[in-house]
Amino acid sequence: MKQLFIFIKKEFKHVFRDQKTLLLLFGLPIAQILLFGFALTNEIKDSRIVVADYAGDGASQQLIERFRQNDSFVLEQSLLGADDIDEVFKQGIVKLAVVFPEQFEKSLIHEGKAQVQLIADATDPNTATTLTNYAQAIMRDFQVSYLGTASNLQIEVVTRNFYNPELRGTTNFVPGVMALVLLLVCVLMTSVSIVREKELGTMEILLVSPFNPLMVILAKAVPYLILSIINLTVILLLSVFLLDMPINGSIPLLFAVSTLLIMTALSLGLLISNSTNSQQEAMLISLMGMLLPTMMFTGFIFPIENMPVPLQVLSNIIPSKWYYIIVKDVMIKGLGFAAIWKETLILFGMTLFLLVVSIRKFKTRLA
Amino acid sequence: MTGEVAISTDKLTKRFGDFVAANEITFDVKKGEIFGFLGANGAGKTTAMRMLCGLSIPSSGQATVAGFDVYRQTEEIKKNIGYMSQKFSLYEDLTVWENIRFFAGIYGVPRSEIAPRAKEKLRQLGLYHQRNQLVASLPLGWKQKLSFSVAVFHQPEIVFLDEPTGGVDPVTRRQFWDLIYEASDQGITIFVTTHYMDEAEYCHRISMMVDGYIKALDTPTALKQNYGAESMDEVFFELARGAQRKGD
Repeated sequence: MKQLFIFIKKEFKHVFRDQKTLLLLFGLPIAQILLFGFALTNEIKDSRIVVADYAGDGASQQLIERFRQNDSFVLEQSLLGADDIDEVFKQGIVKLAVVFPEQFEKSLIHEGKAQVQLIADATDPNTATTLTNYAQAIMRDFQVSYLGTASNLQIEVVTRNFYNPELRGTTNFVPGVMALVLLLVCVLMTSVSIVREKELGTMEILLVSPFNPLMVILAKAVPYLILSIINLTVILLLSVFLLDMPINGSIPLLFAVSTLLIMTALSLGLLISNSTNSQQEAMLISLMGMLLPTMMFTGFIFPIENMPVPLQVLSNIIPSKWYYIIVKDVMIKGLGFAAIWKETLILFGMTLFLLVVSIRKFKTRLA
Repeated sequence: MTGEVAISTDKLTKRFGDFVAANEITFDVKKGEIFGFLGANGAGKTTAMRMLCGLSIPSSGQATVAGFDVYRQTEEIKKNIGYMSQKFSLYEDLTVWENIRFFAGIYGVPRSEIAPRAKEKLRQLGLYHQRNQLVASLPLGWKQKLSFSVAVFHQPEIVFLDEPTGGVDPVTRRQFWDLIYEASDQGITIFVTTHYMDEAEYCHRISMMVDGYIKALDTPTALKQNYGAESMDEVFFELARGAQRKGD
């Protein structure tokens, strides 16, 4: 036990003396959160739109005013003809046009319904969908305030975006980044730290010593477990205070499942390090072999439901996919353990499997 | 030197598939002896040594190290030996002091004994003022001496040295051998492999391995007489000439 403590202390020294490792360990998560939170968001701000107001009445003016006040849109200019819309779209600056037909207010009051045409530049379908959704939300709001809630003449299109009414991108990205960062950092760190001992020749010395080889594994895992939990805390603090991301569920539960993912990652790192002989090899496998599948199959960039069936099946072996589901449930939907026990069990099973395989592969003798 | 036996092997053999790395090697090493284990690259020295350290299970034959069996009592063996590999293997990103503390710690040296003993060792080595420097900043010769001190720090019965002086200049090598003699005087048995024939002369007894077999085993003086040679170099060439295996 005392020996284990001595070993763990040594591992911490390795981490804190290597600035590159430190930078990777703590810089990467922060950079990722900021990058995904601010730069790579699919949320749209200040999108330029044009308005063609054939009505020119009170109702259309009020509605235009609402567009003008919304953060998502910048009202570019008012147009007249439909040809002009085609023209501005071709310039590529304007992504959405709102067209009010003649007698907009009249038909709204007398017939109880009116049409507004939304024309989107759908070269980027995601942007187009998002913009039309934003615009529809604005119009729905307007409808309610203009006609009053009592009005039942209105055929209302009920599209509600549960859990993310403002269609905010960060809600999706934060759990995704958590999964990505925890998995990659842990796998990379553990695999490299064990292989380094092999490469340096110190592993040989350790194996000749009376120190139990399994303790080497444990001693390697403990520091990264602790550092990863600190990392997780930093990510959560950043998301709450910088990205205004709510944590709706239980924080202890969130930490507990995150610890489970960290353990999965540590076991995977052990497996990689036990199967490789150089730091480069371990790094290559951890980064190249893990980064892309994790990005692809976690589900926070590309929805898994839209993938071909073989890929959907394949995605099941990616631990971060399950973690992502759990975090979304706990953090955003505020659900409890009852809702996530299945995913948790899968993660647990994966961890156990990886751990058993890697311990069996760990060579306590050299030949 | 007493008559006690530190290491004893009987027809110890290690096969890797069809390849016999060590073939029925049989020898005894007495307590306190400096036993040189010589041979060309690929002759089987490292394999033999690894079997004795419990790093590799023999394919057949018998051996005891410090009185413990190499098949069943590897844990006991590990507690009673020290080991220094051909690769320099201390932690470069730890200081001299931290390396000693760490290795002494995992060998279970009581905490209260570590500091005074480490102080004394470092003074002897002339490394005391560098104790808080990172090992990476030391010259190779000093690193090797430090490695040796770490290997014998827990006062093992036997210390295995696998080509400990590779790449070190002759003066440092001589100093390194002074350390070996000192350890031997304290009763530690030294089992050392080497390429350098001048070092072979420093050993009490040497064995020559060729193609997995032990071809000769005696004191340096007796070997030179038997082969009518002026130096160990000639003895080595005489024996190694017929070798089938090329160095790796």
